[in-house]
Amino acid sequence: MANKNSKNKKIKGFSIRFMPYSEIKHLDSTQRIRRVLEIVFNNYILIIQGRLKPEEETRLIEDTMAMIGHVKDFKGIELAVLGSDEKRGAIDRLKNRLVVGLSGGDLGAVTIIGPASIVKEIKRDPKKIELMLNK
Amino acid sequence: MAIKKVKDFFKKVFSGLFKNKKDIKLGFYGPPNAGKTSLANRICKDFTGEEIGSVSKVPHETRSVQFKEKVEISYQGKSMTFKMIDTPGIATRVDYEDFLKYKVNKKEAKIRAKEATQGIIESIKWLDDMDVVVIVLDATENPYNQVNITIIGNLVAREIPVLIVANKSDLRKASIKKIEEAFPEYTVLGMSAKYGKNLDKFYEEIFKISKKSK
Ligand SMILES: Nc1nc2c(ncn2[C@@H]2O[C@H](COP(=O)(O)OP(=O)(O)O)[C@@H](O)[C@H]2O)c(=O)[nH]1
Ligand SMILES: [Mg+2]
Repeated sequence: MANKNSKNKKIKGFSIRFMPYSEIKHLDSTQRIRRVLEIVFNNYILIIQGRLKPEEETRLIEDTMAMIGHVKDFKGIELAVLGSDEKRGAIDRLKNRLVVGLSGGDLGAVTIIGPASIVKEIKRDPKKIELMLNK
Repeated sequence: MAIKKVKDFFKKVFSGLFKNKKDIKLGFYGPPNAGKTSLANRICKDFTGEEIGSVSKVPHETRSVQFKEKVEISYQGKSMTFKMIDTPGIATRVDYEDFLKYKVNKKEAKIRAKEATQGIIESIKWLDDMDVVVIVLDATENPYNQVNITIIGNLVAREIPVLIVANKSDLRKASIKKIEEAFPEYTVLGMSAKYGKNLDKFYEEIFKISKKSK
């Protein structure tokens, strides 16, 4: 994770895009989801420093489900949240997230959202992501 | 004045009656293939003699929300009436190629995938309307899946009571403990929908949390 601040790194067909929460903090939910979707549909794996609200996550799932079959080769997304509070129970984490959510994003957490097909490819060949991150 | 009082009185009594008569909407959520329909069928069969939907090892067998009204569950002399709602569940990806492994042809696979995506959207829309939700997880699988946390997050925000079922406890690979560790603030009930294991405990828990629902 040396180049945390570098923007768009490309490697064979997919790229990673880092996004500080401040970039979407001022947006409302609809705009925030739209921004996320734009990036994911451009075949980027998006890493947000922070996290979305639970209802934004469900909206994101709804919106992406509606695109399957309409956007070529799009099979949905993979979504993962690595918390600063990973050791706590899920609900403790949730409460914490509600609090930080209201105060404007949990900056300790990292949200990863990517097109499912790309994430599948990485799972098959994890070296690819290492290569990309070490570059 | 007196008439208004009488009217109010009746209004109160009737709305009270109506409220008690209203079925409690009990929704089944969780990832595809966790056993939502298997569990809902068990309950429906026990109390109505009929099933709610079809079960299959092929994922996304349930592709639209299924209902069973007026299911009166009796347990230890008490009874409550539910509207059972079996959902397709929520996933973040649907790949028609996944169906090809199950002797489904390409055309049919694409139709199923399309229906599955619509089913997921329908499941999400229904989240708001539930009174009580059972999240069915496959205890042989890793529970640290963001979708499960997302669903619970939405329910917590809406103050909808949740029961987590760690299903498929009959399988050797099943780990109830892992699911308990992932959701320590919740009652996690190890069950086997297939063999009807721990149903009594399930009814007990459902009665308990249904009283909390608004
Ligand atoms: N071993 C075992 N298999 C189960 C159990 N419950 C469901 N299954 C199987 O899991 C598969 C998916 O079940 P289904 O009820 O259709 O899952 P749903 O997609 O969540 O509705 C089927 O092959 C079921 O027979 C269980 O308790 N134990
Ligand atoms: Mg089902």
